[in-house]
Amino acid sequence: MVNLNVKIGNIELKNPVMTASGTFGYGEEYADFIDLSQLGGFIVKGTTLHHREGNPYPRMVETPSGMLNAVGLQNHGVDYFINTIYPRIKDIDSQIIVNVSGSNVSDYVEVCEKLAPLEKINAVEINISCPNVKQGGMAFGTTCSGAESVVKAIRKCYNKTMIVKLSPNVTDIAEIAKAVEASGADSVSLTNTFLGMAINTETRKPYLSTITGGLSGACIRPIAVRMVWQVANAVSIPVIGLGGIMNGRDAIEFMLAGATAIQVGTANFIDPAITIKIIEYIQDYMVRHGIEDIKEIIGGMQL
Amino acid sequence: MKKYIKDFEIKENISLTAQYSVLKLSPIDGQMPKTLPGQFVQVYVGNSRNTYLRRPISINYIDYDKNELWLLIRDAGEGTNSMIKSPNGSILNLIVPLGNGFSINNGHSLLIGGGVGVAPLLYLGKVLKERGNEVSFLLGARSKCDLLLLDMFSQYGNLFLSTEDGSMGEKGLVTQNSVMQTDFDFIQCCGPKPMMMAVANIAKERNIECEVSLENMMACGIGACLCCVEDTASSGNVCVCKEGPVFNINELKW
Repeated sequence: MVNLNVKIGNIELKNPVMTASGTFGYGEEYADFIDLSQLGGFIVKGTTLHHREGNPYPRMVETPSGMLNAVGLQNHGVDYFINTIYPRIKDIDSQIIVNVSGSNVSDYVEVCEKLAPLEKINAVEINISCPNVKQGGMAFGTTCSGAESVVKAIRKCYNKTMIVKLSPNVTDIAEIAKAVEASGADSVSLTNTFLGMAINTETRKPYLSTITGGLSGACIRPIAVRMVWQVANAVSIPVIGLGGIMNGRDAIEFMLAGATAIQVGTANFIDPAITIKIIEYIQDYMVRHGIEDIKEIIGGMQL
Repeated sequence: MKKYIKDFEIKENISLTAQYSVLKLSPIDGQMPKTLPGQFVQVYVGNSRNTYLRRPISINYIDYDKNELWLLIRDAGEGTNSMIKSPNGSILNLIVPLGNGFSINNGHSLLIGGGVGVAPLLYLGKVLKERGNEVSFLLGARSKCDLLLLDMFSQYGNLFLSTEDGSMGEKGLVTQNSVMQTDFDFIQCCGPKPMMMAVANIAKERNIECEVSLENMMACGIGACLCCVEDTASSGNVCVCKEGPVFNINELKW
């Protein structure tokens, strides 16, 4: 039997396969298709202090080997999560991680303070990289000082595992990762979506109501792999890799680049059972290569 | 309702015109999921460069005796084109069933369809008729060659037709058809958005209960990605794929 167990901060994952925020709802949406307890973890959708309606329709367009979205963090707010969603999902035997977003530092802090007492939520993923909101979001994630201000403030009040989700829309992502590590983050996840845009040439109108949106899918994968490799070489905290992972091979690629765990996003839309197939692939890969412990793969690219 | 990811075999691909096909599908494992009229499926179309996501398609008809699920496909791009070109015996992977469905009311329903939007009304008409209700279909299209499956529709209700060029039925839009002036208890409608909005206006004026089926652009089809939202009167932005695709017009901000 191969060992798939990995550790992110203080939480143990039974395997390195998680789902990316915003692509997996609250997990329940996928319960008809997979046994959620088989996942290493799942990151529930971006949660803010107050209810957000999100951006107007249209919010998505298919692009070559990917899609643009402009959802804009639609959610009912952290109290709704705690009172309505949490009781329904808390007994799923997997790591449930809440993605937290805010318009200002005090919003982030307040959401984390409210989540901290929840027994089954032992990690948050701090979203400083959403490209689809006007205030906050990506603004915090594109400068070292912005990222530091959020992470330091949360660290003062939140003792459980803090993962910080980084924006790829920066000149040097490794610098941001180092600043986040120095400010007390336990892990970084990367990448969020790439800022993109598409125009309908017949109507001359943008496809998205917000004009620009976040690009995801297989088309971003080589850039995301490069960024994971750069960040893994720059920090000593565990890196969680994501960006266009469509299958087990892609997951291994991110781990060889230095990811301790991975997240599956857009691929869930095409095959809602893909996460389980990825876990099986990783097991088969390890057997095929005579690897007993998954940690041998992490950063295992050979030059 | 439980949703499945399931392989279906194309038993018959019937080309209706150059632009339209009916695919008659049977589940490989023999187990046809329970579905409601108005629900839809997400069809896997290869996950290639230009057909990356699944394609949402209305359930056109279910024949539980023959274990067949029908999809009415219009060639609207590379994804639907690949479906139309799929030979008999090939496999399509579906996520099924998705969304809510039309209400099954007791009374006389007028089912109004435009273009390929007629698709879910066939299954709806069948179920309404089987429950002993009077059903009338008002089907509209640009031209005679775009009016599809008329022999099937006529099995389940009275048929009223409109074409924009007057090549079949009354000339003009469905909203101008004389049947719109007659009495019925419900309107259930699927077609292009301007047509549904015009029908909704008439229904409001005449105080007739009306449901429409929306086809907002979507990615996942299961309420996870929050892309296909419609702004509603009581709940704000809701997912068409999960809370719809069928909405009572009183819920919409039209």
